[in-house]
Amino acid sequence: MAELKGSNEINFNEVEEIVFLLKNVSDFDLSGYTRSSLKRRIQRVMNLEGMDMVDLKNALINVDGFQQYFIQEVTVNVTEMFRDPAFFNKLNKDIIPYLQTFPRIKIWSAGCSTGEEVYSLAILLKENKLSDRSFIYGTDINSKVLDVAKKGIYPLKKFKEYSDNFNAYNSTESLSHYYTARYDAAIINKDLRQNILFSTHNLATDQVFNEFHLITCRNVLIYFDLRLQEHVINLFYQSLALFGFLCLGTKETLIRHDIMQNFKVIDKEFNIYQKIK
Amino acid sequence: MEVKAENIIVIGGSAGAYELIVEILDHLPSYFKDAIVIVLHRNSRYETKIETSLSKRLKRNVISIRDKLPVLENHIYFAPPGYHTLVEPDQLFSLDISDPVQFSRPSIDVFFESVASVYGNRCTAFLLSGANNDGAVGIKYLINHGATCYVQKPEEAIINTMPLAAIKASDKVIVIPNHQIIAYFSQLL
Repeated sequence: MAELKGSNEINFNEVEEIVFLLKNVSDFDLSGYTRSSLKRRIQRVMNLEGMDMVDLKNALINVDGFQQYFIQEVTVNVTEMFRDPAFFNKLNKDIIPYLQTFPRIKIWSAGCSTGEEVYSLAILLKENKLSDRSFIYGTDINSKVLDVAKKGIYPLKKFKEYSDNFNAYNSTESLSHYYTARYDAAIINKDLRQNILFSTHNLATDQVFNEFHLITCRNVLIYFDLRLQEHVINLFYQSLALFGFLCLGTKETLIRHDIMQNFKVIDKEFNIYQKIK
Repeated sequence: MEVKAENIIVIGGSAGAYELIVEILDHLPSYFKDAIVIVLHRNSRYETKIETSLSKRLKRNVISIRDKLPVLENHIYFAPPGYHTLVEPDQLFSLDISDPVQFSRPSIDVFFESVASVYGNRCTAFLLSGANNDGAVGIKYLINHGATCYVQKPEEAIINTMPLAAIKASDKVIVIPNHQIIAYFSQLL
């Protein structure tokens, strides 16, 4: 086969070999991850590091810290503040009034990456004067991204897009109300960072750890095969209080899963569901 | 009835490709055995307007791809804006929000590369008008995996950057004029 310049192409059998190896030498189990995405991300690591399959396997077994680095690079950590502004409108208009009726509001942002969605939710709560009686847990498989989330410091250049999103969601306030800019960085204001806990949690292997009134997990399930999706959705079901809400990404759906019968569709476009039994 | 498509036809296009795509779809027979998947660069603010208007025009369901939908015969799919579209070895679509490639998400390169490794020579690709180089790397992958790749004749493309880049990337692409592209689709079985 002709060589493609600067790129290492691996086949699906080689993807399986890596998944199998990693499962045996570490706590990371990628068996339920979509193969097309894994293949692409593994090739990317190999190209970045100038590795072939032998080098990669060797590094996964023998090089200190490489497994953590590998997971960090292979899992996708893309997030924004107020991604899909219309979703946040919907939350604000239809879900928050319902959550307000609970004495305490516990929220889980699952697969929160660097935390932008957690802070977006914190802003939503603050706008509705609910900060004092709510708590947000942000979890991710990857401890490196959680370090960023905990600090709440982001490159200022990203805030152009975040502000556009925020303005599309709320045209009266300004996002700059919620962060302080210094040089080329923006830090999320301290009052927003209260009542938030970031912690590692592996959706594939870890268990229920609390009971929640709202779980958001947007654009995480797209990286899982249908079987792992089923498992994770069951985990969410068990973690939700009765009449609690589950929000998935706009291209994700509960409809192909049996557990759907225990949920009511609140919004079809934004995939907001309520646990009804 | 849900039957996974044996063969896949993929179309990549950007600026200046939409009108030709509409013409192609207008000429499709009412039944064809392949799956047709279109990756068109567009702004994510216009979400699924194309699918809705084409569904009305063609009087058949034009699908905006969602996570883990099967790739079925006799179906027309569009890659949704804001995501990369990939195909799993078990012929389900999967989506990915990793960074844009060459400023594009969906990226034609990412999609073509994924299709190449799953369908190989059971894939036929078309690359149309566009103002950037997206698709050229993908075409190379497809050719290496035995797919047949057609590129719109640059003289007939509204913007010829994309076709020219693909022609430069591989000497095995077949350059064809618009009327032959349309004829190909009208004669699908």
